[in-house]
Amino acid sequence: MALNTLDVRGRSCPEPVLLTRRALEQAPNGVQVLVGNSTARDNVRRFAESKGYKVQIQDQGEDFLLSITR
Amino acid sequence: MSGRKGMILVGAMVGILAVALVAFGNPVNMGICIVCFIRDTAGALGLHRAGVVQYIRPEIVGIALGAWLMSLKGGDFRTRGGSAPFTRFILGFFVVIGALMFLGCPLRMVLRLAGGDLTAVFGLLGFTAGILVGVAFLNKGFTLNRTYNMSKVEGFMFPAMQVALLILLITAPAFIFFSSEGPGSLHAPVAISLIAGLLLGAAAQRTRLCMVGGIRDFVMFKDTHLISGFLAILVVALIGNVITGNFRLGFSGQPVAHTDWLWNFMGMLLAGLGSVLLGGCPLRQIILAAEGNIDSAITFLGMLVGAAFAHNFGLAASGAGATANGKVATIIGLAVVAAIGLMNMERSAEVTLKGDVSIGS
Repeated sequence: MALNTLDVRGRSCPEPVLLTRRALEQAPNGVQVLVGNSTARDNVRRFAESKGYKVQIQDQGEDFLLSITR
Repeated sequence: MSGRKGMILVGAMVGILAVALVAFGNPVNMGICIVCFIRDTAGALGLHRAGVVQYIRPEIVGIALGAWLMSLKGGDFRTRGGSAPFTRFILGFFVVIGALMFLGCPLRMVLRLAGGDLTAVFGLLGFTAGILVGVAFLNKGFTLNRTYNMSKVEGFMFPAMQVALLILLITAPAFIFFSSEGPGSLHAPVAISLIAGLLLGAAAQRTRLCMVGGIRDFVMFKDTHLISGFLAILVVALIGNVITGNFRLGFSGQPVAHTDWLWNFMGMLLAGLGSVLLGGCPLRQIILAAEGNIDSAITFLGMLVGAAFAHNFGLAASGAGATANGKVATIIGLAVVAAIGLMNMERSAEVTLKGDVSIGS
């Protein structure tokens, strides 16, 4: 099943994590999150892993695509 | 270095650097203070004429350049901007008005606590309250919207400005003001301040150390990552102060501080709230600006202008206490910052997920 994608590129802290949390509340099986810098990448990963999700990271040019799954 | 251990290590390093800078000549409990040092730099440039707080602080230059070099090395340097730049200028302006009411940025607040300055406890309470209000805004959908990519040249302007400040410091032309008395006259040798700044900037860029992020993330996400750096600074600077004889527990007679508990609280309430809406404390704004974030560079200018206003119009507090003008400015600041918070709510607190599904929350 393809995951829905959340675009949080260019958002200030802590919006990437906050929006990821909201997305996961609505889609508890997982989402993809597109982030624009390494700070957001690491923050979103740390948050998702703390909630028991697995996180895979793909480099996409200047951005990173995080696949957050159960 | 991005893990918890790295964060604690960097916090410890900041604590040691702060204590060492005092030993080398910086004012007591002011080894590093982002807002005070921006204020001193504003004075040196003649943007305000308070004779006791004028000096181009090499720590600021070092922090910016250290973060810039580290971001180039790590591939984090990216020029972007366009996330409400003028709103951020205003927020930066009032963060400084609040911080100068308290007499210190969030980092100096921790260093004051580490020196036994109990008046800073009211600052910490105000700061925490400000963060809680800011978190409420964030939870209601506050956002200054996203940044966009910009030309690389634009991103190099902020580090270039810092190099220019360094040149002005070293060449000391007649139109630059240097305090001969007061806190502005107390400083470590230029090379030591610069190196300390470079180390701090590089380490803070790598770990994303942020004084406002610590309490904010703990409250919002039960995330202890950033707050572990905050606590490490406190503990290590406290031990360092005890060793160097600069620890004096009490309320009265503390260096560059006043005992007016209400206005210590109110000042940091404003600084904490403003910093949450900016997405990071004054230190973090410099790091972000150095990484190519133009909005944070604009915030830096807002802080510089705020510092100039604070001393041109008698808004800054002093050891004697808060001024009437400063109290008015702090109240105005709280009103403006709260209005910025209220007027920048996303119309719906709805998360849009691509894949055709729009999900309410």
